[in-house]
Amino acid sequence: MTGTETAQLLTIRGLTKAYPGVVANSDVSFSVAPGEVHALLGENGAGKSTLVKAIYGLVRPDSGEMRMRGEPYAPTEPRAARAAGVAMVFQHFSLFEALNVAENVALGMEHPPRQRELAAKIRAVSEAYGLPLDPSRLVGDLSAGERQRVEIIRCLLQDPKLLIMDEPTSVLTPQEVEILFATLRQLSAEGTAILYISHKLEEIRSLCDSATILRRGKVVATCTPREVSARDLAEMMVGTALTPPARAPRTDWAGAPALEVTGLSVASPMPFGTSLKGIGFTVARGEVLGIAGVAGNGQDELLLALSGELKSAPGMVRAAGVDLGDKGPNDRRRAGFVVAPEERLGHAAAPGMSLVENALLSGWVRMGLVRRGFIDWAATRHFAEGVVKEYDVRTPGTHVAARALSGGNLQKFVIGRELSQEPAVIVINQPTWGVDASAAASIRQVILDRAAAGAAVVVISQDLDELMEIADRFAALNEGRLSAPRPVQGLTMEQVGLMMGGAHGMHVPEAGAADVLHAEAADAEA
Amino acid sequence: MMGSIDPILLIASLMVASTPILLAAIGELVVEKAGVLNLGVEGMMIVGAIAGFAMAVESGSPLMGFLGAAVAGAALSLIFAFLTQVLLSNQVATGLALTLFGIGFSALIGQGYTGVRPPPTPKMDFGPLSDIPVIGPMLLRHDPMVYVSILIIAAVWAFLKFTRAGLVLRAVGESHDAAHALGYKVVRLRVLAIAFGGACAGLGGAYLSLVRVPQWTEGMTAGAGWIALAIVVFASWRPWRVLAGAYLFGGVTVLQLNLQAAGVAIPVQYLSMAPYLITILVLVLISADRRRAAQNAPASLGRVFHASS
Amino acid sequence: MLKLERRPAPSRLWTAATPVLAVIATMIAGGLLFAALGKAPVEAIRTIFWDPLFGEFASYSRPQLLVKAGPLILIAIGLSLGFKAQVWNIGAEGQYMMGALFGAATGLAFYPTDSVLLFPAMVVMGAFGGFLWAMIPAVLKLRFGTSEILVSLMLVYVAQHIMSAASFGMLRNPEGMGFPGSRNFQHYPAAFNSELIAGTGMHWGGVAALGAVVAAYVLLTRHILGFHIRVAGEAPRAARFAGVSPVLLTSICLGTSGALAGLAGLFEVTGPAGQITTDFASGYGFTAIIVAFLGRLHPVGILLAGLLMALTYIGGELAQLTLNLPSAAVQAFQGMLLFFLLAFDVLANFRIRLVGSKSVKGAGA
Repeated sequence: MTGTETAQLLTIRGLTKAYPGVVANSDVSFSVAPGEVHALLGENGAGKSTLVKAIYGLVRPDSGEMRMRGEPYAPTEPRAARAAGVAMVFQHFSLFEALNVAENVALGMEHPPRQRELAAKIRAVSEAYGLPLDPSRLVGDLSAGERQRVEIIRCLLQDPKLLIMDEPTSVLTPQEVEILFATLRQLSAEGTAILYISHKLEEIRSLCDSATILRRGKVVATCTPREVSARDLAEMMVGTALTPPARAPRTDWAGAPALEVTGLSVASPMPFGTSLKGIGFTVARGEVLGIAGVAGNGQDELLLALSGELKSAPGMVRAAGVDLGDKGPNDRRRAGFVVAPEERLGHAAAPGMSLVENALLSGWVRMGLVRRGFIDWAATRHFAEGVVKEYDVRTPGTHVAARALSGGNLQKFVIGRELSQEPAVIVINQPTWGVDASAAASIRQVILDRAAAGAAVVVISQDLDELMEIADRFAALNEGRLSAPRPVQGLTMEQVGLMMGGAHGMHVPEAGAADVLHAEAADAEA
Repeated sequence: MMGSIDPILLIASLMVASTPILLAAIGELVVEKAGVLNLGVEGMMIVGAIAGFAMAVESGSPLMGFLGAAVAGAALSLIFAFLTQVLLSNQVATGLALTLFGIGFSALIGQGYTGVRPPPTPKMDFGPLSDIPVIGPMLLRHDPMVYVSILIIAAVWAFLKFTRAGLVLRAVGESHDAAHALGYKVVRLRVLAIAFGGACAGLGGAYLSLVRVPQWTEGMTAGAGWIALAIVVFASWRPWRVLAGAYLFGGVTVLQLNLQAAGVAIPVQYLSMAPYLITILVLVLISADRRRAAQNAPASLGRVFHASS
Repeated sequence: MLKLERRPAPSRLWTAATPVLAVIATMIAGGLLFAALGKAPVEAIRTIFWDPLFGEFASYSRPQLLVKAGPLILIAIGLSLGFKAQVWNIGAEGQYMMGALFGAATGLAFYPTDSVLLFPAMVVMGAFGGFLWAMIPAVLKLRFGTSEILVSLMLVYVAQHIMSAASFGMLRNPEGMGFPGSRNFQHYPAAFNSELIAGTGMHWGGVAALGAVVAAYVLLTRHILGFHIRVAGEAPRAARFAGVSPVLLTSICLGTSGALAGLAGLFEVTGPAGQITTDFASGYGFTAIIVAFLGRLHPVGILLAGLLMALTYIGGELAQLTLNLPSAAVQAFQGMLLFFLLAFDVLANFRIRLVGSKSVKGAGA
């Protein structure tokens, strides 16, 4: 055991984990010191998630070793990891909507106190760290940002030595991000090490002390993020230099707005969904409207209402002057709509069906693949093959099931299927979610190309950078309401944040918060 | 004509008539709270009915009968657990298979027991309390299983509301992925819940063959297991409402039997339909309020869990 | 430790092979069961699976194969459409009875006509009776969100009582000396569903079953409606995205399966059964569920599975006579078959790997 190792909190050496067909992590080594904010940077599929799952005891590595304060550390389950002082804030899947905040917190603790004491502790800690929360509320009724607070507080009550945060800012407004960073800096000052996973470069540069960069499961570089430019970081992450998408000069098209939405109000079909309230906007031909918003503010409902899966009242949705308000998906397709939902597997595509069948799914109306109710399979196969070829979908053939494709390839297929139908109106939710950088760039490029060809485009996204890059005008969803669209040119991040609803009732943590927390932790141990 | 129906006797026989469904339903409630839909209640009940009957006849002890029924119900439910939790089969299809198999299998082992009388199950003795007018004959002169079934309801209620394990069970039923991410053993917990449900269904079946009827006939559950499933929905997955639902249903059954006996001028067949029609009606009323129904149902109910990591 | 790993696409080989494996496993387990009951296992299996086709009494039992397989296939085809779309009609037994009642009542209403239009009218009414009975759970599901599983099942018991009321009341044979049960259609030529080719057991029900197999095959492979049924089962949200109306789809699936079950009932009551009686219901509606799954919800598979199930019925009866095997044995046998099928299904969707504690050895294929 060397001196440097004991000084480190967590040391990982030569960690390898393979899944059939994929090596998720290959010989990964890095270490984290107490109080250090350490970034794990990499694209989707670079192996970040597998790595932290191994640290949290959810995945067992094939080989390599981990040490915690110099002692061998090989957690077989999350319980063991928590006992060793490791806590994790998940990106998805760790809250229970029908349970209340206190119950959710209790489920993440080893020895939770009684409900009433726990509620008092949650209040104390949440006040101290500027993360207000009512312990008796159902998690299903909370906003995405509030849900994250539940997770963070769940971790803080364990008095962790190492806090893992998996893409924490994807559900926050810019103002909320600032407050989160203040909390994290405070924790780091108190000696808690933070492993921060992200692919957002500016965040990492402003928050992290050091960074380990992963590409295809391997460590490709380590650096001090403040000392390198975002551009250099991006190149290390992606491996090549990226060119921003090219835009053709705008053409002014005559005629009625291609898409006109007025007073669109519909109830959410989901138990804990957000209803839409009086949404109105217009999109001209050739224009891209970007709609931002923190997850859970009505994005899914807006997509359903635009696609026709959620029926609205007559007059609420018009295309080129034609009323489609109470029409279903196929009538809207006939009027020139194409739609790409966020969830690829299960919504945009049927997982167990082949690409040919999935091409038929939404393509048959506009591509004339069905005659008198009977399917023209030859034409459908031809259509699917065309999409695969034109949009560079990597697949052994069109006979394979949709779920056999990687996320990025399936997204290319879905986008390609919709955009090859000569649409007049395009609606896309999260066009590049979970897609690697080069595929994302090509998807953004084809969207812009379609706009240049005269389509009206609505892009709903939680990625602000993406919207700034491709949108002409910008609006934000906040609790089911849409802000007035504004031109992207000259918009500041602060304005964007305010349109998204600012910081939802939060304040900057007070000094001395640490004392509260540690007093609480001491109580819990006693 | 209605005058010939004694309300005290009606309530007393209502409690007996409800107990089989009550037992099966509270077991299924726990299973569904864990996120599993077991449609095999009918099959487990009828296997419990014959296993309990055979056990009681062979040993001469009704207690042994009930124990045997619980074990048999649990054993049968473990087939379901293995198929759905380990081999990840479709829960609806597997539950149906369990019912179809249970009906056939029970008839097979019940061959020699038709026409046999089981040992009588003694009534509880509450001493002088049983002689209190009205309350005594109505509530305090039953066999022990009536009270055991109410105790099970109370225990399940307390377990789900106050214990850590109950919280984990609810969490697993709500989101198995989240529970797995936090390190809880989803499959292990669900198997235990399924076995509990099987044991309860077995007890319910044995109550039919040992107390309520009491004898063994093929297909004697006559849809009681399905009604138990309906009562779980009716109860919005809350234990005390299972009690209310089962007693309501038992009341309807007893009332129509009384009307038959009283010689009402409605053909017997139409009176015998009443319990099934009322079940449908109640299901409609309860599910008409869709929002509430959706919020109370365990969110992972019936979904297959496969840990990918 | 065993570990399951999802296949990117279901294995075609295993999808076809699992029913065969399940039948073999059921024979072995059934043999053990019979041995436990004190019967000679090999002889019992032979009596059930071999003798009806090639045994001593085969000339009698062979035609029975089509008689029994007809209703099973007809009902199972209807159920399979719903099961594919995750619409669970498990009350086919009730729809079967209501079809028989409606059809028989129509025929008896015109007694003693000899119009050639009578039988077609009865067929239509039979299908309508089953359709109507199946539309009750459909409407309740669509209007109130009530579980079609529970409602359709409850309606079996209701139909059972209506059946019994009818044989004691409305439809009782006025010349039947007061015994419950309707007139026998054997003595009512215009309404009788007779054997089409003597000695084969083929009656109109068998023809309808074959027609249903072909129609379902075309629907599922060539028609957009069949495609939508498949999508709805595979991914309900994707189906809505494709513009499939859940209302329409649920109605079509439940309505069709009800109508087909009603037809099966009509052909049964006017043919092999001959009359409405209190014990008309024979469990075809439930066994058809097994047939549908055993046939992999595929029309051709259902055809084969229906024949196999019919074989176990006839073999079971034979075993009852010659080996004194209880009639319930066949039911247990059929339930067991479904268990094994569901268990082996895992092979089609997952790869099974042995996972060591230290290193993972990747297995091919």
